[in-house]
Amino acid sequence: MGIEERRIEDANLERARTSLTPEKITKVIRDVLKGEAGAKLKIYAEICMRCGACAQGCHYSLSHPDDPSYTPVAKLDKTLFKMIRDKGRISPDQLYGMAQIAFTECNMCRRCSHFCPVGIDVAYLISMVRRICSKLGMVPTFIQDTANSHSATFNQMWVNEDEWQDSLIWQEEEARDEFPGLRIPLDEEGVDFMYSVIAPEPKFRTQLIYQAAAIFHSAGCSWTMPSKPGWDNSDMCMFVGDYEMMGRIKRTHFDLARKLRVRRIVMGECGHAFRSVYDQGNRWLGWKNSPVPVVHSIEFFWELLNEGKIHIAHKFEEPVTIHDPCNTVRGRGLGDKLREVVHALCSNVVEMTPTREHNFCCAAGGGVINCGPPFKSVRMEGNKCKADQLKATGVNHVVAPCHNCHGGLEDIIKHNQLKMETLFLGDLIYKLMEKPQ
Amino acid sequence: MNTLYNFAVGPLAWAAWTICILGTVWRVWSLWRLARRRDASTVAYLSLPCSLKSFFRWGIPFGTLGWRASPLLTVATFVLHLALVASALLFSAHNVMWDYNFGLSFASLPDPVMDVVTLTALAACAVLAWRRIGNANVSTVTRRADWFGLVLVAGIFASGFASAHNWVSQPFMALLHVLLAETLLVCFPFTRLSHAFLILFTRASMGSEAIGVRRTCDW
Repeated sequence: MGIEERRIEDANLERARTSLTPEKITKVIRDVLKGEAGAKLKIYAEICMRCGACAQGCHYSLSHPDDPSYTPVAKLDKTLFKMIRDKGRISPDQLYGMAQIAFTECNMCRRCSHFCPVGIDVAYLISMVRRICSKLGMVPTFIQDTANSHSATFNQMWVNEDEWQDSLIWQEEEARDEFPGLRIPLDEEGVDFMYSVIAPEPKFRTQLIYQAAAIFHSAGCSWTMPSKPGWDNSDMCMFVGDYEMMGRIKRTHFDLARKLRVRRIVMGECGHAFRSVYDQGNRWLGWKNSPVPVVHSIEFFWELLNEGKIHIAHKFEEPVTIHDPCNTVRGRGLGDKLREVVHALCSNVVEMTPTREHNFCCAAGGGVINCGPPFKSVRMEGNKCKADQLKATGVNHVVAPCHNCHGGLEDIIKHNQLKMETLFLGDLIYKLMEKPQ
Repeated sequence: MNTLYNFAVGPLAWAAWTICILGTVWRVWSLWRLARRRDASTVAYLSLPCSLKSFFRWGIPFGTLGWRASPLLTVATFVLHLALVASALLFSAHNVMWDYNFGLSFASLPDPVMDVVTLTALAACAVLAWRRIGNANVSTVTRRADWFGLVLVAGIFASGFASAHNWVSQPFMALLHVLLAETLLVCFPFTRLSHAFLILFTRASMGSEAIGVRRTCDW
């Protein structure tokens, strides 16, 4: 079945379809392919051997074993390779299907790169399709809205500056009932680290800020949170293909850290934000390395446990399994540290199969969950293999140190009636640590 | 026919080799120049140790998750590529030509062994062709360019085998073999056959990114 038979209605895609002309599409495709892409794209397009080995690397493909149109190479063949073959002569109708493939049927999780003998970076090629679609306004409504929010507010969820500050003060007040001396320091200069989170935390997972503050307080950390725009480390513009805005977001984030003269940035439990900060935003800005070191929560919690700054009162007794977020494990090799932290917290850990850098994606990442309710069924049907993998562990708790993974796994768990609960590392540490009296 | 054969193994062969070598050099040089201009971050992260690790792991049959996941493809790929190198360098008749034209001499494998190598290579071609037709994940994305290389290589092996065993009147089969091989040389830098040298860059890039930047592995 091709994309034509599984088209999903989306207001913004439809608006672009009716307003774009073939001439405009051709011009933009040629501009991007000739003006932005380089040798990488040329080589990938030329020497992808169309061997189909990538089929086994993709959860969409594995979840649709009888439909070859879900393999990574088929998705490229129907999008970027077709654009190249047809020299950019693509109709608005065809572009709609290409956008649907690129934004909702590939999480850019890079699992397929472990299967390609040639070494084709499918995620890079799909991001090129998204870049073209973004320049033409052919982007699903919900994710475009998050990108618009970034442009207007420098955060993903239209959180106003006063709402952000109020959320932090509110959480500090709440936490002081439990920890009388606790502070969420705002804009303190020269401390050890700036703690940055993604906008969904103040918006609807505020308890994570509470928990993080409780952990840092208990560990005696020297830290601060920024009160000004740039506090949100997330970056949907990266997934939309709006690289100009991606660069501005990352520059603002690092500028904030430098103004505060912190030694490093510690990030909350988010995968894509980590990818945007350590891997993509810096490239666009021409920085080989980040101007301020960036540490993900997995690594930071590992550090706190290893340095004895937090002590675990008792271990979590029920069996848990570990979901490896693509952007921190396959994307940054934090699989060992993640396991060390989970084993320090839980007495019974059951590994998934496959695991670590070969683990399946949650199907929410890469901005797919951000494409919103119209495309939820794509994720549910496209990640049956993840549901089977979760079920095979036979446990009721999944540790997943990533926001998108939580969203994706919770949807899959509910859809498949698995009766499992997802946990952040912060949830476990807050629950199990010795709390100062 | 003999005049044609002499022309094919003489001036035509020199022309084919020249196009192959100069074409390959030009392609590598122009792509490298383009990469430095447009893919600066990829070039900046290139690392020799990471690239070598990637080459090494992917150079071992079943040494990577990808190879293990597709056993038939793995066996066919390794057999075909090893047979190509072995027959080009270690077949006695080829060795005579290497020696005559370039002054290079390699050890030759006995002809019966080369027969087995050739037939195994043809079997590998058949497996790859079967995948292109019978495996839906492959057939949906297979185009003429994918058939071209495979059919050409299979033709070279088949005509070489027929020529070595005088199945059809000589020098017709030898001439066909030489012309097909020269077609391969000419097409080598400009078609999907270029994967033979461009793969060094894609694997180096993937290895450098996966091991160097992403601190994990690409296998």
